[in-house]
Amino acid sequence: MKNQVAFPPIKGITLSDFIVLVILFAIIGLVFFLGKEWKGDLRSVAYISLEYRYLPYYVIQSVSRIGIAYILSLIFSIGYGYLAKKNKITETILISLLDILQSIPVLSFLPGVLLAMISLFPNKRIGVELASIILIFTGQVWNMAFSYYNSISTIPRDILEVAKIHRFSKFYRFIKIDLPFSAIGLVWNSMMSVAGGWFFLMACEMFVIKDRDFRLPGIGSFIQMAANEGDLQKVFIGLLVMVIIIVLLDIMIWRPLVVWSQKFKFDTVQSEEEKESFVLNILRESRLLERIWDAIESKIDKINYYFVNRKSEHNYLKKTPIKIVLIGLLLIGLLLLVLKGGIRAFEMLSKITFQDFVLLIKAGGLSLLRTLGAIAIATIWTVPFGVMIGMKPKVANILQPVIQIAASIPATALFPIIIYFLLKIGGGLGVGSVFLMLLGTQWYILFNVIAGASSIPQDLKDIADLYRIRGFKKWKVLILPGIFPYLVTGLITATGGAWNATIVSEYVVFGGEVQKTLGLGSLISESSASGNFSMLFASTLLMSLIVVTLNRFLWKRMFLLAEEKFRLD
Amino acid sequence: MANVILEAKHLSKAYPMRGGSQLTVLEDINLSVREGEFISILGPSGAGKSTLLRILSGLIEPTSGKILYHGKPLEEAFPSIGMVFQSFALFPWLTVLENVEVGLKVKGVDRETARQKAVKMLDLVGLDGFEDAYPRELSGGMKQRVGIARALAIEPEILFMDEPFSALDILTADNLRNELIRLWIEKKLPIKSIIFVTHNIEEAVFLSDRAIILSHNPATIRAEITINIPHVRNKNQKEFKLTVDDIFTILTRPKTEVPFMLRKERYQFLPHAKVGAIAGLLELVLSKGGTIDISEVTTDLGLEVDDVFPLIEAAAFLGFATVKEGDIKLTEEGINFSRSDLLQKKVIFREMALKNIQLINQIYQVLTTTEKKRMSEDFFIEILENHFTKDEAWNQLETAIDWGRYAELFAYDYDSGELYIEEPEIEQIEKA
Repeated sequence: MKNQVAFPPIKGITLSDFIVLVILFAIIGLVFFLGKEWKGDLRSVAYISLEYRYLPYYVIQSVSRIGIAYILSLIFSIGYGYLAKKNKITETILISLLDILQSIPVLSFLPGVLLAMISLFPNKRIGVELASIILIFTGQVWNMAFSYYNSISTIPRDILEVAKIHRFSKFYRFIKIDLPFSAIGLVWNSMMSVAGGWFFLMACEMFVIKDRDFRLPGIGSFIQMAANEGDLQKVFIGLLVMVIIIVLLDIMIWRPLVVWSQKFKFDTVQSEEEKESFVLNILRESRLLERIWDAIESKIDKINYYFVNRKSEHNYLKKTPIKIVLIGLLLIGLLLLVLKGGIRAFEMLSKITFQDFVLLIKAGGLSLLRTLGAIAIATIWTVPFGVMIGMKPKVANILQPVIQIAASIPATALFPIIIYFLLKIGGGLGVGSVFLMLLGTQWYILFNVIAGASSIPQDLKDIADLYRIRGFKKWKVLILPGIFPYLVTGLITATGGAWNATIVSEYVVFGGEVQKTLGLGSLISESSASGNFSMLFASTLLMSLIVVTLNRFLWKRMFLLAEEKFRLD
Repeated sequence: MANVILEAKHLSKAYPMRGGSQLTVLEDINLSVREGEFISILGPSGAGKSTLLRILSGLIEPTSGKILYHGKPLEEAFPSIGMVFQSFALFPWLTVLENVEVGLKVKGVDRETARQKAVKMLDLVGLDGFEDAYPRELSGGMKQRVGIARALAIEPEILFMDEPFSALDILTADNLRNELIRLWIEKKLPIKSIIFVTHNIEEAVFLSDRAIILSHNPATIRAEITINIPHVRNKNQKEFKLTVDDIFTILTRPKTEVPFMLRKERYQFLPHAKVGAIAGLLELVLSKGGTIDISEVTTDLGLEVDDVFPLIEAAAFLGFATVKEGDIKLTEEGINFSRSDLLQKKVIFREMALKNIQLINQIYQVLTTTEKKRMSEDFFIEILENHFTKDEAWNQLETAIDWGRYAELFAYDYDSGELYIEEPEIEQIEKA
């Protein structure tokens, strides 16, 4: 089964071992570098040099931020899924909460998080770094948490019974069942999340709050800075570097992970298609890595033995009084926190004047129109295009990599360039922002349509040909029903993305000037920058409300319809 | 008597339904499993066989009742249990060997020992050489071998098997059954008892020492049939076939009480068929040359199989026809009957009914020996109720009366509810 790639052994260690060693050293070096770098003092306006020689240094920091935020997201997702699955009550609460949290735009978290971090680490750069990481985290985590929760909710009953019959400890169950079962979903969602991280990177590395200007050295702030200065060439170079990094990360990390995670497919039938990743092949060759892996496995067994032994000593089923008291205290604490938050929220909302209210409603309506417009345009071009690609494997093979690279370019990084041209032709941001939102969200729909079209079973296509169902009729009978569930999934994700994107597309800084148009997104960006907390809170609340309402009453219903009526299996 | 390993007492399981009502799946199940026993649980699909198995193994808690392992409640006993699933339930990302080792490692068996034991079990189930394969590379039969090896590896006291062979093709399933029973009777399996759930009667008769037959909705134990045929059993043996027949009868007649369906003391079960219809069928067969395919009958008569079947059964009971491999063939008497005129028909029918139909013979005997040549229907119903449910008893008597009247053996007075033998003189006069 292994794909044999021959590497000449070099005195007992293979080339693969060597590569693995280099990677290990690089990681250790990185940790030291970041430690030294982030420990320093905070300068309110760190100067972001636009000299090219600093670029590698920026890249390392940006990637580290996204990486750390990602690892936090992973840990959070697993913990959240575990808590949600604990019992029916936590499940209902946590899952609805997740639905709401998901609808809150990244930037709305900014002032709160930042102020908290600065008061924790006064005048240290680590505080702002942490704030930045937490912001990226809030943009990455929710879909991963959903994915993990879904995966562990759909583990087949028989498998769970195997675990029960053999009395798996919780730890062993996690390692041997929960993790493998969620692997594919997690890898896929990790890719989406990290792409989201890149999307908001510029917003997360440079921010203004109450006329304090925070800038962290990174590739995002480089592009933003270049845009502020109106230096289009530097914007372009920064963008190019960013894309190269994204493609490299894809080759070095995501592709191997995707291929590796195929191992965890839960079909016990051999699939015809075997994906390949040459990086993974190198890693598989490494004996050093094999030994490390082996050591980890035996550690897992040891930990398991510990749990097994402990289990036989105590009756682990019984809730000890201490445990009950602790849970009680935790609940009371949580309740107080919620109460306090509620009072604060009420105070903030009470500051909203009638004019503010009218403004909010107007902004909400405009943003709603823009998101719907962006989604409509995206649907109109992606559906025929996606179907064409999906139904013709040959075309797909050629176009797929191109689309993937195009999709991996964070649209936000393109904004300065587009704004530049928009300003040149004299268009306003009012309509222009629709275009900016489109750039960020069309891919969700396109990828889903392609997946849907390629999953239409061959025999149905044959029948359509046999009965000479063509043209419009074919769309009505075969194609649209075939892609419908996928299209709905794409639309749901895209709408969520579009709302989030309003924040960065209705309020853009270019050439030292703020370009904005009325909308919920620009209200959030603006009030965040000016430190107008009640406005920030009110507009965030309104946006969440709209998104959750749309989800509940429009998308969920369409999703159910798709599940019931148009399932092809 | 061997040791009792597991005892189930008054097990019931009910699931709450919407609107506060409850769906009772299992009701008052009592059973015990002894060392060395191979028990099968049979029942119509959806009867709750798997639920029962899961309760016995401790996977699901019963709503009421208790399970004792060696006299101790299940929760305290921590019994060692192996389970084999219909879906195999293997971890696709672990190799065959790792799949088998999982149960051992989780118990805290050290790596070396776990490996040795797993390899031993794989050898036992005939999978040596496949240790490093992944489940997806294996055929269904091989996957189930892994499933069995995994369950055996922890050397459980009882092995639970939940329709383990029903997802396999017939030949593979047959093969695995043969191997399983060989290993079992040669005592090569590290287990003391097997509880086996299946809906396949032949499988149960082939494998088990005792078949527990569940009823439907809610499941109760309808019958426990001990199977004493020596292993390895042959499906063509007479005893084997009769046992399969017995179980089949029990399963297909959910309303009839069990003891009267077993062949030793079974009371003839008269199919509900009117004589006219039986005669019609016989004539049809004769017109087709004396032999006809059952499917042909249904198409020719435009009837459903369920409607035609009682007629065929009745004809066979009366000795007018034989049924073999889907063909109905008239006997000599059948041919005579069909060719005769009405009077002659009655004579032949009378003869055959007296000879072949137990109930008609009994009624006739009773009536002739009583002084008045009369007897209340309640008398016969009471006898019949020992063998059939109340409704069925009436059905049986009704059929017997219909046939007896035709044969002019006895008559029935609707008003008094009495059966009686007509005076021959009157009969003669009427005919004259």
